Amino acid sequence: MAVEHEAAEAPGGSRGQPVEGHGAPSGSGPFLKVFEGAAQALADLHSGAVVMSGGFGLCGIPECSIAELLRRGVRDLTLISNNIGNRGKGLAQLLKSGQVRHAICSYVGGNPDLEAQFFAGELTLELVPQGTFAERIRAGGAGIRAFYTPTGVGTVAAEGKEVRAFDRPCLLETGLRADFALVKAQRGDAYGNLWFKESARNFSPLMATAATVTIAEVEELVPLGALPAEDIHCPGIFVQRIYQGSHYENAIEYPILRSP
Amino acid sequence: MARPSATALAGETLTLAHTPSREAVAVTRPPSSGTQALLRGWSDAALAAEVARAIPPRSVVNLGIGLPTQVAQYLDPAASIMIHSENGLLGVEGRPTEATLSPTRINAGKESVDVRPGAAYFDSALSFAMIRGGHVNLAILGGMQVDVQGSLANWSVPGRKLTGMGGAMDLVTGARAVWVMMRHADRSGASKLLERCTLPLTGAGVVARIITELGWFRPTGTHFEVISLAPGVTLSDVGDPALFRTDRVFENASRATQRADEP
Repeated sequence: MAVEHEAAEAPGGSRGQPVEGHGAPSGSGPFLKVFEGAAQALADLHSGAVVMSGGFGLCGIPECSIAELLRRGVRDLTLISNNIGNRGKGLAQLLKSGQVRHAICSYVGGNPDLEAQFFAGELTLELVPQGTFAERIRAGGAGIRAFYTPTGVGTVAAEGKEVRAFDRPCLLETGLRADFALVKAQRGDAYGNLWFKESARNFSPLMATAATVTIAEVEELVPLGALPAEDIHCPGIFVQRIYQGSHYENAIEYPILRSP
Repeated sequence: MARPSATALAGETLTLAHTPSREAVAVTRPPSSGTQALLRGWSDAALAAEVARAIPPRSVVNLGIGLPTQVAQYLDPAASIMIHSENGLLGVEGRPTEATLSPTRINAGKESVDVRPGAAYFDSALSFAMIRGGHVNLAILGGMQVDVQGSLANWSVPGRKLTGMGGAMDLVTGARAVWVMMRHADRSGASKLLERCTLPLTGAGVVARIITELGWFRPTGTHFEVISLAPGVTLSDVGDPALFRTDRVFENASRATQRADEP
């Protein structure tokens, strides 16, 4: 599919009004959302920020935005992501570089850096059942402050939470929001409409709805209209900035092939 | 709403589990773990085949990371079972070839997989709506401990090991039936089927069936009912007689073996 090269323009909001105001960087294109690359799109992502990152293990992670966080060295981050990287890759790089203060996730298995730093007291960790994790993000993005769910009743996940009996006891869980959401899609356009490949979608469309600024990186930046409107997985209203990434590793943790 | 269909599905399975087929004995595939061959009872492969046979046709099944994942390769295609993977995929089937390997087509264990005709991809909220909304018939999970109350622990050993619950707490709460598939004992040889779990729980009173290399068990609230035993396994092999009882199913273990040997 053709790439909209003309969209890439000098960073810093040289034309039009910034989308976010308050000096936030502005991009190019008809909606001022298109940025040249990660450096321009993440220019105002500051130390201490609360950052959501899409991906399941290493599948669908925003590789270029993560690399930019590592390069910029922003610190004291709160990361909200299902695994916080895996096997030393993805967000686990930010663990190794000591940039993470607090992590909210559902699964630590396969991420020895996270397990070790938690036991060493180097970061704080909030483990959330994966369905509750997804729903808290969905709720955060949909303006729902809290909801009741039976998941976690009778376990440590219930500690400190209101329990209310409906047909069965349920926990009150609150919506989750972030300053920034970093997501990666296979294709996107200048309005920020996104199309994900296979199971790489996972948490990304939810996170896009739940952040003040959602920054999407795509493998293919396509012209407006190139994505069939009925096939869009994440409508561009949820995406404030988009750029075309490059040099994707797209690692598979466990590549297992059919026996001959 | 006391999850009525859990009983229905468990009932159906009970019937199947009562009559271990001849194939359970005849499976000769090499076990995937070298140590398993030395242990009494089913090999990993035979265990996976046994579980695969017990799943009712047309079920939607979620297979946990590890041992349960192996069940997929023994399902009868004619049974039209849909495998749900909580990372956002319904209709997992088989493995890719080198030519069809795709980094974006993985299961919840982050392994490359293939999909069957009729499969669908979706986001995590919709995936867990399938689980939490009671649309998944059966969850088969690995376990560190299960007790007679049907409580399961499989995500943390305080101070030593932290796996995280992942989707397990949602699965044991939302799936209409929960089976635990695991080794009978831990690495130190201690039984993982206990009177009371000592590790942090994944869910309380949620497990309908347990299958280990030694046989099928049902937590009754006071003990484990021994539903059937693997070929060559006797009741004295499974543990404390006060904790494991045959109840109404059959009188002694040799009968289970005989049944398994019947053509």
